[in-house]
Amino acid sequence: MASSFLLPLLGGALIGLAVSLLLLTHGRVAGVSGVVGALLAPVRGDIAWRVFFFGGLLAGGLALAWLHPASLPPAVLPSGGGTVLLGVAGLLVGFGTRLGNGCTSGHGVCGLARGSVRSLAATLTFMATGVATVFLVRHVL
Amino acid sequence: MRSSLGALLSGLLFALGLGLGGMTDPSNVLGFLDVAGDWDFRLAFVMGGAVAVHAALRPLILRRQRPLFTGRFPSFPAQRVDGRLLAGAALFGVGWGLAGYCPGPALTSLVSGAPSVFVFVPAMFAGMALARKLQASGQQAEVLPPGEGTATAHVDANR
Repeated sequence: MASSFLLPLLGGALIGLAVSLLLLTHGRVAGVSGVVGALLAPVRGDIAWRVFFFGGLLAGGLALAWLHPASLPPAVLPSGGGTVLLGVAGLLVGFGTRLGNGCTSGHGVCGLARGSVRSLAATLTFMATGVATVFLVRHVL
Repeated sequence: MRSSLGALLSGLLFALGLGLGGMTDPSNVLGFLDVAGDWDFRLAFVMGGAVAVHAALRPLILRRQRPLFTGRFPSFPAQRVDGRLLAGAALFGVGWGLAGYCPGPALTSLVSGAPSVFVFVPAMFAGMALARKLQASGQQAEVLPPGEGTATAHVDANR
């Protein structure tokens, strides 16, 4: 039983280290949607660290593909219209995270660790609509 | 250059944490969100572990006068919970629940070459661009840094 949550806990600890490292070196909040999203309208002098963080994510992905390929499976979607649904999901995730200034990392990790009320409200909200969506897709439709 | 290594290493650790923790497998994420079904609670330990480690390290880091490579730490003036924050989070949650990807795991999974990611990620960037366009055309509202804070704090943090 213990092993079922040890790996998630280790993964979480690594994420906690990663966001702490970015705060230590750059004084920045490691919210992925914000770090990478701001590259769509790059501001001079504020590009390099974002590109390097993005590059680090990709390098990490490569390391995972090599060491632990089972961790990178394709998305499993309800049959029929899967591709359209995936596109709609991507649009919602991109639009929503920019409108709400953060995603699972910016609000769910950095914000909660900071004790931010806004991040708590955002995290509870995206958890709730995520749960509701899965409920609809899996148990109603 | 030295400073970029900090960001690179942060991104690398972040992706490894996502992968080892199980966040890059969309079926894990959907299992975590499926509280009415065969609920897979394990991902709660990913967020719990990350929050615990960062909550412990953050005060130590903030004891420094300044970050290692930039001018100063960001300040987060208290801001109210507003409709924009909640609407954005709500829409994000729907997309998350549909696909099982949030931004970090989706970008990390790009190297897997899975077709699903190559549909999701461009759509995600399109959504981000759309939000930016709307906000630029609407009020004077700036795109804020992740988490919270004001654009001024963002600029300040950026020396």
